[in-house]
Amino acid sequence: MSLPSDNTLIACDHVSWRRDGTQVLQDVSFTIAPGEIVTLIGPNGAGKTSLVNLVIGLAQPGSGRVWRRPKLRLGYMPQHLRFDSTLPLSVERFLRLATQDRAALNLYCERLGVSALLSKQLQSLSGGELQRVLLTRAVLRRPQLLVLDEPTQGVDVLGQADLYRQIAELRDELGCGVLMVSHDLHLVMAKTDTVICLNRHICCHGAPESVARHPEYLQLFGKQAEAIAVYTHHHDHAHDLHGDVVKPHPHHDHSNCTHP
Amino acid sequence: MIPEFLVYALLCGLGVALVAGPLGAFVVWRRLAYFGDTLAHSALLGAALGVMLEIHPLLAVAATSLVIAVALVALQTQPQLASDTLLGILSHGTLALGLVCASLVADTRIDLWGLLFGDLLTASHADLIAIYAVAAVVLLVLWIFWRPLVFATLDETLAQVEGVPTARLRLLLMALIALVVALAMKVVGVLLITALLIIPAATSRRFSRSPEIMAVGAALLGMGAVIGGLCFSYWVDTPAGPSIVLTASLLFAFSLLLPARS
Repeated sequence: MSLPSDNTLIACDHVSWRRDGTQVLQDVSFTIAPGEIVTLIGPNGAGKTSLVNLVIGLAQPGSGRVWRRPKLRLGYMPQHLRFDSTLPLSVERFLRLATQDRAALNLYCERLGVSALLSKQLQSLSGGELQRVLLTRAVLRRPQLLVLDEPTQGVDVLGQADLYRQIAELRDELGCGVLMVSHDLHLVMAKTDTVICLNRHICCHGAPESVARHPEYLQLFGKQAEAIAVYTHHHDHAHDLHGDVVKPHPHHDHSNCTHP
Repeated sequence: MIPEFLVYALLCGLGVALVAGPLGAFVVWRRLAYFGDTLAHSALLGAALGVMLEIHPLLAVAATSLVIAVALVALQTQPQLASDTLLGILSHGTLALGLVCASLVADTRIDLWGLLFGDLLTASHADLIAIYAVAAVVLLVLWIFWRPLVFATLDETLAQVEGVPTARLRLLLMALIALVVALAMKVVGVLLITALLIIPAATSRRFSRSPEIMAVGAALLGMGAVIGGLCFSYWVDTPAGPSIVLTASLLFAFSLLLPARS
């Protein structure tokens, strides 16, 4: 591939990855630019977390190449924190592992609504509170790339929309790229620049509007997608969309798919 | 007037408890209790090898424990067996080998009872210097690497993503535990070493809101157990090592009666 331009944070080039002899990812290529929100969607077992692990360097590709901008500063928000409850740790101490800058700490704790949690013990937090703390921590690293693995786990529906809005705001403010894994199709579609629909390989890839109309996307997400397509495409011709969405077996080219 | 042997015993015990506290906290946080046990059991093999090869026991035990620790890390890459199974194999394999080696060496040169349950009351001036020298090194290393160690203990994946060399830190921690096992063998013996690591730390957990408080608390509680245990041992004429561990256990039991913080 040609060398990634200056305006690239991550470039995956024909990446494949196997685990215990099973092909998890095949021939995946995409890039992330500064200021771009890229959302990975796909069914369970599609390899979303594996792809994230490749991007952040926790795993190495079996073939192909993952290029990272040299000295890329990553802010990673894991799906779970694997801490043991025997380790006593306050939220404040946890956040100070990410930064020594007290002013920044206070600023972002205020913004992301975790100030009231600072003196609490980490293991006493609810799922939603912990997600916010983890996001704050990732942001405190002043990342060039924010990587969020299912950021809204354990967050109620109202909180989810709020969280996605804040992620988009943080992107504007920090100018960072965002790579995010998500299940909340309709919420994500509204706040993302690029959607990658993954099912071991990239089924389709592009702006939310085009992905939402893509036959493979519709096949993967079926009924759920129907509502979303309408939601995100109220500006489109309802007639066209309707025709695309309700068709039970849309005609499309499956030549690049290996799944049944 | 306190007899001289008791002064040495007390100072040696306090030195080991001082370093066993913070390290024991890591053993508790990382669920390494069984790992500590394995190293402790292999210490008997180390002591026997030390006598056979005429090496200083502390050195022989520390070296053996290090080899076992590295062997374990290498074995853990085997996906077919869980680590507690591997630990069980290493633990009892080395204990058996140690007992066999000990019986092969002319029996007068090995005090099996002392190895198994400690012989703190025979601690010498040389032991005292060795214990404090090693304890100082271990504490210094812990001090320097405290932050990354706590971070990697909290969540190894997150730490790794942010550039913390987690694999090397794990090895470092295992090496430190191996060293402290070698020290603690003199105090409480092979069979009770893990107790000295985990009981004070577990007691301290109930009253701690930060890792530092838990580590310092564990050191203080361990030192308290050494003082209490030695006094008991002196007055009632019981073996020193078990008396110390018993005191630590009683402190833990007593702590359950107090309201926990956090």
